[in-house]
Amino acid sequence: MSQPSQLHENKPPVYPEVNYLNADRGVWSWLTTIDHKRIGIMYLISVMLAFLLGGIFAMALRVELLTPGPTIMGANTYNRMFTLHGVVMIFLFMIPAIPGVFGNFLLPLMLGAKDVAFPKLNLLSLYLYWTGATLVLAGMIMGGTDTGWTFYTPYSTTTPTTLFPVLLGIFILGFSSIVTGLNFIVTIHTLRAPGMGFMRMQLFVWAIYATSIIQVLATPVIGLTVLLVGIEKVGGFGLFDATRGGDPVLFEHMFWFYSHPAVYIMVLPAMGVVSDAIATFARKNIFGYKMIAYSSLGIAFVGFFAWGHHLFVSGQSAFNDGAFAVISMLVGVFTAIKVFNWVATLYRGAISIKTPLIYICGFLFFIVFGGMTGIAVATVSLDVHWHDTYFVIAHFHFIMVGAVIMAFLIALHYWFPKMFGRKYHEGWGMVAASLIVLGFNATFIPQFLLGNAGMPRRYYMYPERFQALNVASTAGASLLAFGFLIILIYLIYALVRGEVAGDNPWDSRGFEWMTTSPPPKHNFDQTPIITQDPHSYQEPGEEVEHVVI
Amino acid sequence: MSSSDAHAPNPHLAHHYETIEKQDYAVRLGMWLFLGTEVLLFAGLFLGYTVYRHFYHEAFHEASRHLDLWAGITNTVVLITSSLSVALAYNAIKQGKTKLCAGMLIFTIVCAFTFLAIKGIEYHHKFQEGALPGKWYHYAEVTAPGANLYYTVYFLATGLHAFHVIVGMSILIWILSRVLRGHFSESYYVPVELGGLYWHLVDLVWIFLFPLLYLI
Repeated sequence: MSQPSQLHENKPPVYPEVNYLNADRGVWSWLTTIDHKRIGIMYLISVMLAFLLGGIFAMALRVELLTPGPTIMGANTYNRMFTLHGVVMIFLFMIPAIPGVFGNFLLPLMLGAKDVAFPKLNLLSLYLYWTGATLVLAGMIMGGTDTGWTFYTPYSTTTPTTLFPVLLGIFILGFSSIVTGLNFIVTIHTLRAPGMGFMRMQLFVWAIYATSIIQVLATPVIGLTVLLVGIEKVGGFGLFDATRGGDPVLFEHMFWFYSHPAVYIMVLPAMGVVSDAIATFARKNIFGYKMIAYSSLGIAFVGFFAWGHHLFVSGQSAFNDGAFAVISMLVGVFTAIKVFNWVATLYRGAISIKTPLIYICGFLFFIVFGGMTGIAVATVSLDVHWHDTYFVIAHFHFIMVGAVIMAFLIALHYWFPKMFGRKYHEGWGMVAASLIVLGFNATFIPQFLLGNAGMPRRYYMYPERFQALNVASTAGASLLAFGFLIILIYLIYALVRGEVAGDNPWDSRGFEWMTTSPPPKHNFDQTPIITQDPHSYQEPGEEVEHVVI
Repeated sequence: MSSSDAHAPNPHLAHHYETIEKQDYAVRLGMWLFLGTEVLLFAGLFLGYTVYRHFYHEAFHEASRHLDLWAGITNTVVLITSSLSVALAYNAIKQGKTKLCAGMLIFTIVCAFTFLAIKGIEYHHKFQEGALPGKWYHYAEVTAPGANLYYTVYFLATGLHAFHVIVGMSILIWILSRVLRGHFSESYYVPVELGGLYWHLVDLVWIFLFPLLYLI
């Protein structure tokens, strides 16, 4: 392997003159590129726009909920808003965010490869994403959908609002997701550099691998399911309509067979980001490498058999309820394995407190607290009380949104120098990170309390006794929005004026730092040969001081 | 940009693979994964079939008796034969026999057309009898509750399958045109193999659909 770092040399870092960003010029060279790094950058811009849009919807919802009565919109608008917030955030942001952006950009670099296995398919997946996104947005402009992102039948097949473009958009987004997953699996199997066995892959790669398996296996089912809903709405065949002999619960089963594993499509890459970044900022070998790697596969596997916990109140048999509850809790076991290993990695490390580490702490809090509430809602008797209340909303936002956004921001800050060769402003980074972690708690902890007190989800009005907590939640959301605004400003500034970072500003031992930052067009001038384990911070000749599992 | 001084450059080798063997392995793996997603796409419809067959056992039994069994059998034979011919086409190109390969592909494509034609006639009959489900359903011979669902599943499953036949056929036509232009030889034939794999999948889905919809 080439030298892991040149940190202690005194020369100022230089910005590589020719790199993937300026190797070819012009918009057309970007739109027709098959370079995984450029595709990653285009995904980055796209998902950030989607996040902005979803965030604007979220703020509109929070403003509406400031007062018990109607505030800025009526019931119908509110229903459309929460639907679009959910659809945009889940299908356009959280699912493609980390695999699409950082998976694309980093996977070949981490494997020592020149590109992903199928570069053209990779570009196709981006175009499919854009097509799907356009259709979803067209659906919004044509009047919007009011079913919630779950499209439960029979309401979704009878609602007068525009549904078909949104469903078709999701169907196409599913293809995009499948193509990405398939591409990554084949890349990992075939394009590892010489010397890199499976047990030498970075943990981010392991997480992407597990994610891709879910993407490939689960996504076709949601594709078919939304297609059936669309056909049902147009043709009125009665497939999910009880008055004509169909079974609406069948829809719920099919929907959650994808959509439950889908939460692991969102959260597993997030876990991978944390596993990678935590070793860098603790400057210590990752603790329990194999356990973290295998637990990703464990979550992917168990995640396929947990969908029934969404149907505790849908007339499922008591036996099914119990079985799904127990299986759901197994996810907690695998997650806990990861959390313990992360914390053990921090223990006695040479911790450098940088912006990504603040987000890592936020992530650990959200995943533990959100995970514990997950165990709680997986308990049947408790779920009957909390079902369809703000408790579930808060749980979901803690474990999914909290974890994914934290990880997205960790990745964005940690790999920003890798992608653009420049540094962001550390001080402002810390300020924004603190605001976001605090704002997130302030937004969703009141929602836990609201849900427990019985406030149902998806209503634009509520009894007056809920107002104080709703105002608190909206205030937290404003903090959150302000934090994101700061990030946007200092990152754009850093892109243009940021200090030149050098090839490896964090002195990380991740394999993606073996090449220059930003990397040249074909990643490596010579195929690297991997001679050491990943996340290894031992100096040559140094004894390992803790037990390596 | 670097590389490729050592070996004679292979025009089919992409820049990010070291050897053509590795690249072939990668595209085969990719194809198998894709076929897996196709199976899962159909799995949803098979699930729907299973559930509604359980709910409406009598109606499903009765409605399946009203399909044209001989059309189904003919189509099954046609498709299995086409699977054989596509396998023979692959075998031929592997030995460099371009003409035999082209002939076998043409035979396969003719089989695909035959399948679609028979299916079209079947659909036409069912439309006339009023078996189109939903609000159009007025099939006098099968009125049991649930018959509507049987025909919904029937049309969706065979329709999705027919769509795959059309896609598979288009792929085979494209491959045929490349065979005729002499793109393939015993040293490079992976696309023929992948097209054949896809066609086998189309065949395989039908092998499950036929007994479920026509026989039991």
